[in-house]
Amino acid sequence: MKVSIERSALLKAMGRAQGVVERRTTIPILSNVLIEAEGAEIAFRATDLDIEVLDRTPAMVERAGATTVGAHTLHEIVRKLPDGAMVELQDDGTAGRLEVRAGRSQFSLATLPKEDFPVMASSEYSCSFTCPAPVLRRLFDKAKFAISTEETRYYLNGVYMHVAESPEGRRLRCVATDGHRLARIDAEVPAGAEAAPGVIVPRKTVGELRKLLDDDEAEIAVSVSETKIRFATPEVSLTSKVIDGSFPDYTRVIPQGNTKRLEVDAAEFASAVDRVSTVSSEKSRAVKLSLDEDRLTLSVNAPDSGAATEELAVAYGDEPLDIGFNAKYLQEIASQIDRENAVFMFNSMNDPTLVREGDDESAVYVVMPMRV
Amino acid sequence: MPALCLDCGSRTTGPRCPACGSPRRTAHDELFTLSIAHLDCDAFYASVEKRDAPELADKPVIIGGGKRGVVSTACYVARIRGVRSAMPMFKALDLCPDAVVIRPRISYYAEISRQIRAMMDELTPLVQPLSLDEAFLDLSGTEALHRASPAEMMARLLIRIERELGLSASVGLSHNKFLAKLASDFDKPRGFSVVGRAETLARLAPLPVRAIWGVGPAFAATLEREGIRSVADIRRQGMESMMRRHGQGGLRLWQLAHGEDRRRVTPHEAVKSISSETTFERDERDPEILDGHLWRLAGKTSDRAKAKELGGRTVTLKLKRADFRTITRRLTLDDPTQLAGRIYAAAAPLLAREMEHAPFRLIGVGISGLVPGAEADRADDLLRPDSARAAKVERAADAIRARFGDGVILKGRALR
Repeated sequence: MKVSIERSALLKAMGRAQGVVERRTTIPILSNVLIEAEGAEIAFRATDLDIEVLDRTPAMVERAGATTVGAHTLHEIVRKLPDGAMVELQDDGTAGRLEVRAGRSQFSLATLPKEDFPVMASSEYSCSFTCPAPVLRRLFDKAKFAISTEETRYYLNGVYMHVAESPEGRRLRCVATDGHRLARIDAEVPAGAEAAPGVIVPRKTVGELRKLLDDDEAEIAVSVSETKIRFATPEVSLTSKVIDGSFPDYTRVIPQGNTKRLEVDAAEFASAVDRVSTVSSEKSRAVKLSLDEDRLTLSVNAPDSGAATEELAVAYGDEPLDIGFNAKYLQEIASQIDRENAVFMFNSMNDPTLVREGDDESAVYVVMPMRV
Repeated sequence: MPALCLDCGSRTTGPRCPACGSPRRTAHDELFTLSIAHLDCDAFYASVEKRDAPELADKPVIIGGGKRGVVSTACYVARIRGVRSAMPMFKALDLCPDAVVIRPRISYYAEISRQIRAMMDELTPLVQPLSLDEAFLDLSGTEALHRASPAEMMARLLIRIERELGLSASVGLSHNKFLAKLASDFDKPRGFSVVGRAETLARLAPLPVRAIWGVGPAFAATLEREGIRSVADIRRQGMESMMRRHGQGGLRLWQLAHGEDRRRVTPHEAVKSISSETTFERDERDPEILDGHLWRLAGKTSDRAKAKELGGRTVTLKLKRADFRTITRRLTLDDPTQLAGRIYAAAAPLLAREMEHAPFRLIGVGISGLVPGAEADRADDLLRPDSARAAKVERAADAIRARFGDGVILKGRALR
């Protein structure tokens, strides 16, 4: 194999590849990226056996061929090369080395045989559709903060993407929860997606997917089956197994009968929560919200380290209410609110609280209170 | 040379005490200037049992649990036959088949330990218990109060423990904790050993590295490979080289090897974790039975956490396989807990995943990442609407047990 490629194109491809490659793996070949040069294209393939990313980039191929090389090392090398450099990758197929040349720099990297590289089995997808990048970006960005990290509840370690019935008709919906908070984000169902099976997209896949969604004009081809999901642009295709488990019935935890309504400027609210929680030395900082006629008092009382209060002018017309929350949860939800006002719907100090953007039902959050 | 009689506590000269005629004495140039002491009861559990049953006085007595357990304490008669603490019971019984094995009565020993603690508290506020049978005491600055030196006060304490409780103990006296603890072991039982500043380096030099607190078999083996066997070998290494090879542990070792230890005697050593474990009579592989033990141990851990008003963020499951290899698995919770139900719920899936390694000889469960009790269990789980109810049930059961006794209410599964 002998091929030349521009440094920035190579950096982009290797950035995606090394995101998928696990740093600590016991199987050496999984640290490597599979490089295949043919025609006028070079392809980079990386996998952790659950996710596979395949990146195709135009390149000057002098001699076709394929090999595998350590993804992190190659990524680091390319990152450190000067912008605009041309990079030449060459291996003679026998020495077990890949020569990397750029300008006066020269590297010789150990390779492993391409035959050992595990290529993810191709599979049948039961449903395929295309979706504009900004739609997917919103669905996943707003939901991902609520993904659980608790390994024993593995079925919560991802975003549940499915087609759901709502009062406005069918919606493409993403839900994530860790048992303390929940995010439910809706979008219109793209043409052809009606029959998509519900799948739990793993946290890592959500992170890698995000790298494909920066371009507002991009259309993402989505293919789904019961066991896999694929997101593809003309250059990149990201294939992932989905979490094998059933997502809990989240509909019953979304409160329907909460009547006490608070409307508050989301950004102002988030920074006030941040300020008062400074005095708390606890790991899970608890903030108390005291509601009275058009007035919200945030307070933190940490016997060892101090106390803080802050008052906000809000719209609230129900009976007074005291309720506590984890400060981090409030801030994370408030930072999802794009429009000015966040609407909180309370029931009692012990019941889950619903949060949404104005009266928009397409992004709904639920947060569990905390005893303070 | 300043000297003390160990039988009456008075200052002496010559080979016999002028006051009581006893030959038991401790003498040292720095005897009346040193003030950090380590008190260690002699074969504490076994001595308590012998005290209460005089017919056992000349018999080998081993305190430990069941045929499958380990020796927790061996009396001096059993020690002569080679029995050591932490030795598996079957091995101990091979060495000493006529031993009288007694199950430990921890709460009884704890009561006696409290009596000794009360005596120590009369000497100084700086008492740091390490376990039921040993403690550090810092007697600096108490001389004016007691009108006696720390050495005299410690000698009198030993005499008082023997007279009032019928138990013997040994004392190490030095200028820091490390040396005091080392010294208390020099002349056991009924010993009173002193390591002064002037002789510190010479006393340490010939000791094996294992004598240094914190050097276990693994670290000792690593050091052995580097040709380091004795404390003197460590001193020859130089500080930088020890640090480079062993990091902070290397530096600590180097300092201790020079007799330097700046740790204070702290009365309230913060608890870092709370746990309970049990060793089985026979290796256990039945998931139902293991689960039953896990439930019971989660309850025990929870009881201790509640008693100390603490909660933990991380739940740790500990298993020992038939080949003695230990497995620990941990899970960090979003919300710290002290509730048995939640500790169990976190540990049970960890156990389920390790069942392929069954049978096990030991199972344990603990919490760490401790927080004040008020910060624990403040959030309920959206997806487990019954969790709030379960927590209330557990609190109610606790209240009932507090009022009517431990056995009056328990879950059916605890009977398995």
